[in-house]
Amino acid sequence: MEWFRKKKEPLVRQTKKEIPDGLWTKCKSCGEVIYGRELEQRLWVCPACGYHFRIRYNQYIELLLDDGKLEEFDASLTSRDPLNFKDRISYTERIRKSQAKTGLKDAIVCGIGRIGGRTISFGVMDFAFVGGSMGSVVGEKVARAIERSLERKIPLVLVCCSGGARMQEGIFSLMQMAKTGVLLSELKAERIPYIAVLTNPTTAGVTASYASLGDVIIAEPHAQLGFAGPRVIRQTIGQELPEGFQSSEFFLEHGFLDAVCPRRDLRHTVSLLIEYLCGPTSGVHETLKAPAPES
Amino acid sequence: MATGIYLDFEKPVIELEKRIDEMREFASDENLELTREIRLLEHKLKKLRQDTFSQLTRWQRIQLARHPMRPCADEYIELIIDDYIALHGDRGFADDKAMIGGLGRIDDKPVLILGQQKGRTTKQKLLHNFGMCHPEGYRKAMRLMNLADRFGRPVVILIDTPGAFPGIEAEERGQAEAIAQNIRDMAALSVPVVCLIIGEGASGGALGVGIGDRVLMLENSWYSVISPEGCAAILWKDHPTPVQKAPEAAEALRPTAQDLKEFGIIDEILPEPLGGAHRNPEEQAKTIKRALLTHLGELSALPPAELQQRRHRKYREIGHFAE
Repeated sequence: MEWFRKKKEPLVRQTKKEIPDGLWTKCKSCGEVIYGRELEQRLWVCPACGYHFRIRYNQYIELLLDDGKLEEFDASLTSRDPLNFKDRISYTERIRKSQAKTGLKDAIVCGIGRIGGRTISFGVMDFAFVGGSMGSVVGEKVARAIERSLERKIPLVLVCCSGGARMQEGIFSLMQMAKTGVLLSELKAERIPYIAVLTNPTTAGVTASYASLGDVIIAEPHAQLGFAGPRVIRQTIGQELPEGFQSSEFFLEHGFLDAVCPRRDLRHTVSLLIEYLCGPTSGVHETLKAPAPES
Repeated sequence: MATGIYLDFEKPVIELEKRIDEMREFASDENLELTREIRLLEHKLKKLRQDTFSQLTRWQRIQLARHPMRPCADEYIELIIDDYIALHGDRGFADDKAMIGGLGRIDDKPVLILGQQKGRTTKQKLLHNFGMCHPEGYRKAMRLMNLADRFGRPVVILIDTPGAFPGIEAEERGQAEAIAQNIRDMAALSVPVVCLIIGEGASGGALGVGIGDRVLMLENSWYSVISPEGCAAILWKDHPTPVQKAPEAAEALRPTAQDLKEFGIIDEILPEPLGGAHRNPEEQAKTIKRALLTHLGELSALPPAELQQRRHRKYREIGHFAE
C-alpha cells in the first residue's frame, strides 16, 4: 500500500470536494481523505486521526465473533404501532422504509456466537435503523438475549449504538428500559458477566438502562455518550458546552467507563475480560487451560 | 376556592364562582333575600364544572398536572404520613432537594415515603430545582429504599418531575448511570413498592424511581417517554415555535392516566376532585391514603420471593410487537 499512499496527497488537493461514494471517504473529524479499501482494512478507523467511523451490525459481528459468525435469534420480531402514532409519515410507514433501507426488521440483531472460543449471548445495535432507537422490539430482543444468558449460563455481550428510546412508541419504549433493567438484576444475582460495548452514539434511554449496567463497560474512542441531548443541555444552562463533553473520554474521566478501547482491540479485550471473569476455556487460550469453568 | 392562578379553560368556572361569592357577600351585607338567585347560579356552576372538567383533552389534563396550585409531594406527605422524619443525602455527594423522603407511619404502619418535590413559590422552586433530580437524588432514593428493604418496610414513591435535570454537572456525575442502577436495583427489592404519579412523569426522570409492584396515577397526571414539548421540538423542527404544537404532540403521545390504564401499563387511576387535585388537597390526600393502604395491604400478604417474581414478570411482559 505504501506506493499508493504517497500518491494520495496530491490527488486529494486537486479534487477537493465531491469524492465519489465508496472509493474515497473523507474523515468526518480531520478531513483526511482515505481510500475505501484502506479504510476497510483499518476497520473503518481514520489512519490520520483515529476517528472511528460508524459501522453496521454485520461489521461488528465480523469484527468480534469467532469466524465472524452469529446464530441469529428472534430475527422476525417487528414493531407494531401501539399509539397509532401520527408523524409527517405514519410510524408504520417509517418502520417499513427503514426495513427496506437497512435489510433489518429493527435496530438490533441478537443471537449466540463465540468469542475466543467461548459461547456467548450477543447483541449488536444498528444506528441505521431509526437512529438505533429502542422500542418494544429492541427491548424484547435484549430481554431474550439476557434470558439466553440466564438459561445457558453464558456471558452476555451487547454492542450499543442508539439515540435512546423510540418516541413513536411512547410509554412502551420507556418501559423497555424497565424491562431490560429488571432482567439484568437477575443476571447480576446469578453472577453471569455482562460486558457492555458502547459505540457512537449511545445516549438517553439506552444509556439510562442496559448500556450503563455492564459488569464491565468499555467504549470506542470519541463516541458520544450521555443522558440528555447537547441541544437540551445548551438550552438549560444557556451557554456553550465544554469541548469533549459527553465523549467516551469524558465518561472515562468522570468514572462511568472502565476503559476506552480502540476498535482493533475490541475483540481481544472482550475475550480477555470474559476469561478473567469466567476462567479460561479451550480455544485461543489453550495454554492457560487450568481449572475448568463450570459451564 | 377562587383564589390564585388559573388556566384559560378554568376561567369561566372561576369567574362564576367569584360572582356567587360576591352575591352572597352582598346579600348578607345588605340583608337581602337572594337565596333563589344564588341557588340558580350554583346550579349553573355545577353544570359548567361538569361540562368543563368531564371531557378534558389530553393537553388540558397535562395543564392540570402542571397547575401552579397543584399540591406537591410534601403536602401529601404531611396529609398522609404521621410522625414523619425526613432523611437526607446520598452518602456520596450531596442532598438533592428535588428528591425528598423519610420514614413515617401510614395508619400505624411504618413506611418509607419518597417524593419528587417541585415547590410552589419561586423560592421553593429554585430550592427544589423544579422537581428535576440530579444523579445524587436518584442515589439518595436508592439508598433509602435499600434501608427500607433491610428492615422490611414498604416503599411509597410520589412521582412528579418534568424530567431528570439536563445539565453539565448531572452528566458529569452520571445521570444515566444513576437511573439505570435504580431500575435494576428497585427490581431486586424484597419489600412492597407502590409508585404514584401525582403530576408529571417525564421519561427516565420518573422511571428512575418508577419500578413498582403497583403503579398508580392521579386522574390528571401524565407519564411518557418524552414531554409533549420535547416531542413537538422533534416532530416540528422547522416550525418557528414548535412549542405551540405541544397540544398536538400530547395527542400523539397518549400520555394520560386514561391512556396508560388502557395500555395496561398502570394498575389504577385515582380520581381527583372535580377541577383537579388543587381544588381540594385534603380530599385528594384521603383518596391517595385509601388507595395506598389497599395496595400495601394486598402486597404485604405476599412472600418477598413471590413479590419480586411478580414484579419481574410484570415488566418482562410489557411490549407491543409482532413475531
